Amino acid sequence: MILNIGAMTAPLNRLLPGQSATISAVDGNGQIRQRMIALGLRHGKRVTVIRRALMNGPIQVRVGTTDLILRRSDAANVRVVTT
Amino acid sequence: MQPTSASLQPDAVKRVALVGMPNTGKSTVFNRLTGAAARIGNWPGITVDVMSATIPLGGEPVEVVDLPGLYDFHGFSEDERVARRFIEDQHVDVLVVILNAAQLDRQLGLALQMRDLGIPTLLVLNMADEARGLGIHIDTAKLAAGLHIPVRLLSAKYGDGFEEAIESITTLLRPHPADEAAQFPCGHQWGPSCKDCCLAQPVRAGEQLDSLIAAAVHTPSSLPEGWTGRLDRVLLHQTLGLPLFFVGMFAGFEVVYRIGTRLQDLLSWVLNAFQAAVLIPAIAGWPRLAHSFVLEGVWGGMSTIVTFLPVVVVFLMFIAIVEDTGYLARAAFLMDGFMARLGLDGRSFVMQLMGFGCNVPAIMSTRVMRSRALRLLTMMVVPFSLCSARLQVFLFLTAAMFSRRAAPLVLFSLYLMSFVVAITTAWLWSGRYRDPEPLMLEMPPYRLPTPKQLLLQAVEEARHFLKAASGFIMAGVIAVWFLTHIPADVPAASPATLAGHLATVMAPVFRPLGIDPLLSVTLLFGLIAKEIVIGALAVIYRTGTTNLAGALAANLNCAAAYSFMLFTLVYTPCLSTIAALRQESRSWRFTLLAMGWSLALAWAVSFAFYQSTRLFG
Repeated sequence: MILNIGAMTAPLNRLLPGQSATISAVDGNGQIRQRMIALGLRHGKRVTVIRRALMNGPIQVRVGTTDLILRRSDAANVRVVTT
Repeated sequence: MQPTSASLQPDAVKRVALVGMPNTGKSTVFNRLTGAAARIGNWPGITVDVMSATIPLGGEPVEVVDLPGLYDFHGFSEDERVARRFIEDQHVDVLVVILNAAQLDRQLGLALQMRDLGIPTLLVLNMADEARGLGIHIDTAKLAAGLHIPVRLLSAKYGDGFEEAIESITTLLRPHPADEAAQFPCGHQWGPSCKDCCLAQPVRAGEQLDSLIAAAVHTPSSLPEGWTGRLDRVLLHQTLGLPLFFVGMFAGFEVVYRIGTRLQDLLSWVLNAFQAAVLIPAIAGWPRLAHSFVLEGVWGGMSTIVTFLPVVVVFLMFIAIVEDTGYLARAAFLMDGFMARLGLDGRSFVMQLMGFGCNVPAIMSTRVMRSRALRLLTMMVVPFSLCSARLQVFLFLTAAMFSRRAAPLVLFSLYLMSFVVAITTAWLWSGRYRDPEPLMLEMPPYRLPTPKQLLLQAVEEARHFLKAASGFIMAGVIAVWFLTHIPADVPAASPATLAGHLATVMAPVFRPLGIDPLLSVTLLFGLIAKEIVIGALAVIYRTGTTNLAGALAANLNCAAAYSFMLFTLVYTPCLSTIAALRQESRSWRFTLLAMGWSLALAWAVSFAFYQSTRLFG
């Protein structure tokens, strides 16, 4: 079986501003995971990184019509596939 | 019929509960629905403030309850637990689920969870104007058919769609015999025993929702950038963002501070006029002690509370503007990288800045942070902000004690100390108040707040605070009056009074700080409010305020004066701040801990400073 050539899976915190990807999994402990899902970070959703804050601060991402702020350490729990 | 909530049994009145995610304008809906009748309800086991109001709906009194915002009915946050507990334990006739019409793709799941509880439910899609602006079209009929509950579009800010929503609530409040027999997802008929199994239902599968949204909601494939995106490119700019944040905050702060102090001056003028024209003549013939008790104890306490009001209101309004425009989330974004290291988040920093105006509204505004641990840690830190009242004391003392050249540097060093002490406190206590909730916030589009709403909300909050705190503040003022005026046959605040004896007993504690017993009595006055410290010094040194500077310079050396200022900066700010800490934490234990910590820290800082000046000359 030939895998989708060029598709790469990475944690969300690795995406650069302006890059988009599709969420493939949401890991993390129950509470963080549940909150991320409630905020729209669900499997199959398209997510775009808008910008990153200074001092290793949070990232701003767009999912659907919602803009979210999350810390990079939390964003590491979201696995995305770039195509 | 005029409803009076006091005369009715809790369950005799029908109850409507508003639920929804944060940032959906739920409170605006509540305020519009209930007007100014809202009060903080008192329910057993409910740990956060839940507002409620009884209003006439469909010809009968109905209690409307504004439950805390929740993302998920089965969520773990305190707010989510409170909302769930309320619905489980209290009788609710109608649930009104409020969602953001522009974000149905992620919010509709909550409506399903709520509907499955089997309580008659109305879905309200708020911010319909914003959704329309984004080109989002919602087929409410299709949505209602898919969910089996009525759906209404609403714009709570402008009031569009309000009457239709109220009509739907009224309809749902009428008895529905057909619904009683309806089958619910667990397969049972609805009844008291069903509550548990329905409440235990897992989150609905995403697919079912997605297909419903695809059918009923049309979202354009690319959203217009709009002015939010354009503004953010400047305000959240990599290098410009932080400087703009500081400039903006200090400019806003300056304006608010000026307005606040103007209003405060005006109020004290009115109070003084009343005191001179009415109060003093009225108690003219009274014995000296009673005269002093009424004038300096009771009336003094009342004026402290009243003159405080305008500052609290304007600062609360300013914070509300920062929050309602959507900038608070941006400030959090900008500052979080630094604050996260201290166990706080970006919003705490905004509250700490607010504290430089007045600690009380800053502490009250920690409510926007919904995690209790984070709130407590922020409340621990805010009182170290050098507020405007303390600034008055420092301005006077630095001018009296230091050269014109040194005075600004001394003042600057105190501001620096304020930050150092705050950061140290956050760092030391972050282990105890560890925030279990991840920082995940929605960054809402910029919105223009409505001034009327802002003012009403600020006045309402200030009123709630004063109602809860004025008794405590009065008691404190009267206690200090007793200490400084008993026994009656000696001069007030002199060494022969109770306060004087206390100062003598405490002398070994304060002597290593360079603070003599006379000055330590001033610290007792400073507990009431820092504004009265200068006046107290004038009384204690038996000079008028005009000669006070000279008297201080003659009695104190620079090291002792600076040590006194350090202590004043760090120790318990004032009775109102203590009251705010108590009210917002709902815990005397925490309040006493915060007070004890600031006292201990004040002592340590002053001790370290004074002793090192003695060592190094």
